[in-house]
Amino acid sequence: MSETERKNEINRRQFLGNMLKTACGVGLVGMGLGAYSKRASSLPADYIRPPGALPEEDFLGACIRCGLCVRDCPYDILFLGEVGDEVATGTPYFIARTGPCEMCEEIPCVVACPTNALDHDLKDIEDSRMGLAVLIDQESCIAFHGLRCEVCFNICPIRGRAISLDMQHNPRSGKHALFIPVVHSDACTGCGLCERACILEEAAIKVFPMHLAKGELGKHYRLGWKEKEKAGKALVTPDTEHRYNLPEGVRYDLQGEGLIIDGEAEETPFSSNPLDTLNSGFMDK
Amino acid sequence: MVDMTTLGDDAIAAKGWFKSHKFLILRRLSQLGILALFLTGPWFGIWIVKGNLASNLTLDVLPLTDPYVLLQASLSGVVPETAAIIGVAIVLVFYYLVGGRVYCSWVCPVNMVTDLAAWLRRKLGIRTTSQISRSTRYWMLALTLILPLVVAGGIIWELVNPVSMMFRGIVFGMGAAWIMILGIFLFDLIVAKDGWCGHICPVGAFYNLVGSKSLLRVNALDRQACNDCMECYVVCPEPQVIKPALKGEKKGLSPVILSSDCTNCGRCIDICAPEVFSYGGRHAKKIDEYKREGEINRGVRA
Repeated sequence: MSETERKNEINRRQFLGNMLKTACGVGLVGMGLGAYSKRASSLPADYIRPPGALPEEDFLGACIRCGLCVRDCPYDILFLGEVGDEVATGTPYFIARTGPCEMCEEIPCVVACPTNALDHDLKDIEDSRMGLAVLIDQESCIAFHGLRCEVCFNICPIRGRAISLDMQHNPRSGKHALFIPVVHSDACTGCGLCERACILEEAAIKVFPMHLAKGELGKHYRLGWKEKEKAGKALVTPDTEHRYNLPEGVRYDLQGEGLIIDGEAEETPFSSNPLDTLNSGFMDK
Repeated sequence: MVDMTTLGDDAIAAKGWFKSHKFLILRRLSQLGILALFLTGPWFGIWIVKGNLASNLTLDVLPLTDPYVLLQASLSGVVPETAAIIGVAIVLVFYYLVGGRVYCSWVCPVNMVTDLAAWLRRKLGIRTTSQISRSTRYWMLALTLILPLVVAGGIIWELVNPVSMMFRGIVFGMGAAWIMILGIFLFDLIVAKDGWCGHICPVGAFYNLVGSKSLLRVNALDRQACNDCMECYVVCPEPQVIKPALKGEKKGLSPVILSSDCTNCGRCIDICAPEVFSYGGRHAKKIDEYKREGEINRGVRA
């Protein structure tokens, strides 16, 4: 090997040094990316995923940001997140207030998805759960003021089931009813038509992503009456019947007749006819 | 040292302007044409290709899917649909045949940005170099494939990938992504020559591996005609690939550029006045055959 060639060769120390430098640099990039992804993967409250979207964490792994769902949406309500948006870059969303899901029967956005990020098992749009409508502001919803509106109830594509009207007494007028819209999570798909239709400046009914809209009962909770129904009998030992300490021939029926005296009712000092008592003195004379 | 002010003049004198810019023009037509296919839909309502480079559908029949993105998705636990698998297979076969990094030089929109930066560097005489190794891209590739495995939150590279970001930005809406593109431009212009595409980009590294045994290659079959003007080294985004083919005759090396770093961009073919380079098959000539032919040629020339 000539002298110049030897100079051009890198020795083991240089090689390891360079490699370490590169590895550290790339490692730093990786840590930065990991940290950034934590922030970037939070789904803001007004960004609603298309129908059939997997739970957010799985969705972000499955969605390849191709935009085919956006293209196949006949109502052009879907958008891809842009850099600077609060939603993960390149992922599809819609904003219910400006462009809600029209709930196409064929669900073309799901059919277009090449990776199942929008679950192809979703066949009936009424089974989709894009989010959940929540009547978030009772103070401004005019139904609570006793005014007739019911726009959200009437626009709802699953009318009567996803939103029902609950009639309540109107304490202000004393003689009218309040027609209160009530959302039912077992039917609401989160399409957002109600949010767009809400007549207020700022909608009183809003669609939120599921994890924001729903509470969750503690996992250890058991509702006694449901458990009883399931088992067909009480799961706890029934209370022993309470026994009152009463004279012989006398019973006590709680929440019933009260004190009951069996047998000769005549033995009481007073007759059931008040005249008998009044006349009693004469009778003796 | 190559005189930047006269770069390419010899080729223009020998072959004319068009022939000395032929592949450059064709590449720009390819890059812009692919964008145009995606844009006729949203701009004019004529739907030719829907989607973007990550996954798309041509005329509602031909699905194409980026194997690199789908690989990342699969690593985060996704089972893709049949259309995506077919799409990936078509793309892999295509790049296996024509060279993986044809993606970089003929398809990727970032190439236009980095080419502009490289051109400006030459015009402005910027000679800064950095210590970044060309193998950094493989480390980046490994990182982007490990991240979906260890960090919850899916295809993390796609949150920042400038390649998909630029293409998606043009087709669907850019947002603030232009800042990243500007960043890459300035990085290539000021910090490192071919810094992004030649050193860091994991997308290029992936396609590099896909096309490592590709059939279509640039060769220097007429390497005896080389007049050592060095201009091919100046315009080449991966100049290390040229030397073995161009100057390897004594060492018995093939005149075919075999390194998969080569992007098959054809700039060397354009810039070379004596027309040393051409496109050809990977096994265009066996080395012995070439030598024999070379001797014959030399005899003829003498």
